[in-house]
Amino acid sequence: MSTASNSPASAAPAQRRPRVNLTVIAPLVALVVLIAIGMALNPNFLSYANITNVLARSAFIGIIAIGMTFVITAGGLDLSVGSMAAFVAGLMILVMNLLTESMGPGLPVIFAGIALALLAGLAAGFINGILITRAGIEAFILTLGTMGIYRSLVTWLADGGTLSLGYEMREMYRPVYYGGLFGIAWPILVFAALAILGEITMRHTAFGRHCAAIGSNEKVARYSSVAVLRVRLATYVLLGTLVGIAVVMYVPRLGSASATTGLLWELEAIAAVIIGGTLLKGGFGRVWGTVVGVLILSLIGNLLNLTDVVSPYLNGAIQGVVIILAVVLQRNTGAAR
Amino acid sequence: MTIPGPTAAAPAVLALDAVTKAFGPIEVLHGVDFALHPGEVHALIGENGAGKSTTMKILAGYLDPTGGQVLLEGQPVTFAGSDEAEERGIIMIHQEFNLAEHLSVDQNVFLGRELTRGILLDHKAMRARTADLLSQLHCRVDPATPVNRLSVPDKQMVEIAKALSRRARVLIMDEPTAVLTERETEVLFAQIERLRAEGVAILYTSHKLGEVKRIADRVTVLRDGTMVRSDLTADVTEDDMAAAMVGRELSDLYPPKVRGSAEPILEAQGITVPGVVHDASLVLHRGEVLGLGGLVGSGRTELAEAIAGLRPRTGSVRLDGTDLPAGQVAQAMRAGLAYLTEDRKGAGLLLDKSLRENLTLPLLETFGRPLIDRRREEAALDRAIAEFAIRAPSRDMAVGDLSGGNQQKLLLAKVLLSDPQVIIIDEPTRGIDIGTKQQIYTLIARLAAEGRSIIVISSEMPELIGLASRVIVMHAGRIAGELSGDAVTEGAIVRLAMGMDDTDKDHAA
Repeated sequence: MSTASNSPASAAPAQRRPRVNLTVIAPLVALVVLIAIGMALNPNFLSYANITNVLARSAFIGIIAIGMTFVITAGGLDLSVGSMAAFVAGLMILVMNLLTESMGPGLPVIFAGIALALLAGLAAGFINGILITRAGIEAFILTLGTMGIYRSLVTWLADGGTLSLGYEMREMYRPVYYGGLFGIAWPILVFAALAILGEITMRHTAFGRHCAAIGSNEKVARYSSVAVLRVRLATYVLLGTLVGIAVVMYVPRLGSASATTGLLWELEAIAAVIIGGTLLKGGFGRVWGTVVGVLILSLIGNLLNLTDVVSPYLNGAIQGVVIILAVVLQRNTGAAR
Repeated sequence: MTIPGPTAAAPAVLALDAVTKAFGPIEVLHGVDFALHPGEVHALIGENGAGKSTTMKILAGYLDPTGGQVLLEGQPVTFAGSDEAEERGIIMIHQEFNLAEHLSVDQNVFLGRELTRGILLDHKAMRARTADLLSQLHCRVDPATPVNRLSVPDKQMVEIAKALSRRARVLIMDEPTAVLTERETEVLFAQIERLRAEGVAILYTSHKLGEVKRIADRVTVLRDGTMVRSDLTADVTEDDMAAAMVGRELSDLYPPKVRGSAEPILEAQGITVPGVVHDASLVLHRGEVLGLGGLVGSGRTELAEAIAGLRPRTGSVRLDGTDLPAGQVAQAMRAGLAYLTEDRKGAGLLLDKSLRENLTLPLLETFGRPLIDRRREEAALDRAIAEFAIRAPSRDMAVGDLSGGNQQKLLLAKVLLSDPQVIIIDEPTRGIDIGTKQQIYTLIARLAAEGRSIIVISSEMPELIGLASRVIVMHAGRIAGELSGDAVTEGAIVRLAMGMDDTDKDHAA
């Protein structure tokens, strides 16, 4: 502590060394490898139709996974999103059918349905969040509970069968999934826009920084006058709202909802978040990584369908291996810190 | 190199011979010679970052030396790890405890070496043996208690009991008294003396030089990875030690005191936190440094946290004429009140985040909305590094890799970022070297001279006496009394802290 060393080298302007961080590049490398394999195996892989198909199908899980990134970064978890999506979809179809009867088919019915889906998602997220933050119930347990509740509610709404949107409405609503702008499908555009917004929110706003702080050490966040409960509640509300948006894009695809709608979406979303490099225990999250994670998972499925090297029935097994590898990678770099 | 003293008639049990240690390209130890003799308490002192921890970790087998040798009873050894060192009777007690929080005390003491009867655990024997060890330590903890329900000093005692149960030949203690009250320190010293009499070699580090002078037979000073001097404790004064550590004379540790005005700025009335603080009131004046003393567990921290809005409370807090509602820490901060926690690592800093992210966390909104302006953040960090003389090898490093003193400086910078009028500083210098201590004391005096008002909570009497013009002492959750001017003496504080002065109040409690 001599006076000479009191003028530290660190006072010099930030010098950022280019660090090759394995967690940063690993998901990207995996994605590139998958694309290369796809190109080698099937010339149709990079076709407009196939790319659109893969991306549009990824959009639902992707939109949900963006919200999940915030929840997990803040040290939380939400297992209920798959059932929540099914329930919101069922509710939306039911109400739209009722409105069609009273108002006749038309755009107002669609707008009412969209508004309802967004509100229902927001409300469902709020219920999860308020019970976790105010009643102090463990997120895993609580959302395990609501997962069962929503799944059962949609089965009940559909009376064990399928809820289908009326024919005219289905035709009118179809373009929201199948249509697009400049040849890019709407779900892809919405997914891309939300991903960019999410990435900016995570990296450059107080909310994103607060999420990471809470996940890193909740007590430190509280002592630093971060409104811990409000931020955590907000992550669940955000996730619920994104589930609503995903449903808005999903319903026009099939025009129906049943007890199996959105099955295992929660696991795919969580897996995508983790593959993307977000820490499962919270404290660090990145939305672009989640997007890469979503793409990796859907490309695996797509590749297996396009080629007959490996049976498509092994899709789950390969996805499982990727998830485990991602977590092993995380743990290794975590120990090196 | 080491001159054998009269107490070191026995040959060294564990020694370092010209040991160097480098992490990557950076050498942090430059040829250290060091010897521990049976029946000798050897104090290792130095500023944070001087290489004490590295030396201890090499001795205890946690790290391998880059150059030189570790000698066990004169023979070169290479420990495969700390387990092997423990096997050979070399035990290190870490500053951050190595206890399984959910297991009971006896389960912890025998963790990994459980006593068994056949294939089943012998709970009874382990419990009895643990109770035995604890009673030797005058520790009244039930062996069946889960460790997470113990106070910090009790955890320390459990760590020591664990070491005793392993029949240590060499005991390495990293700042064991940092978390102990004076009374608990006495118990620890009695144990150290008992172990010394039994022929255990003890390595002891502490920032409290008075303790070193009292308990150690020999003292070795490290500075910047080099052994500066090694003497019999009897031959050196505390000032000699401090000077050797810092490499310059420490003229006055405490800056001159600033007199506050008579104008009250913070008034806390009838603060009660159920179970810990009862009806405590205090007034802080503008430009004043007020000391808040008392034993660990007397409710000092809880009172401060209640005032700062970090704990539910009843009673009123007025800051410069405005009432602060209970449990609203952000509002208290905006009103100009800041609290610096004693729990630097648990509640103060995000150890896995960078300096910048830690510094700006409480006030992110002011760094741009909706998007945070990175350049303004970097500029704020530049100012903090310059103003608080924070020494960080890289600004992108995780805060957890900074030394304790630099962490504390960063925490101070973070707390002062909101430009508070009232600052409550809880244990400003815990676990910090003497050079940084002096910097922090100077800073506190400067803040007061600027017209800010400061409450300093401390377990170290000299700190209260040296910094504060007025001292309030707590005992068992109540304000036991107030001292000011010449009445602020160690004896008077201790009497109040022990609840000895005001017998009436004591009965009421």
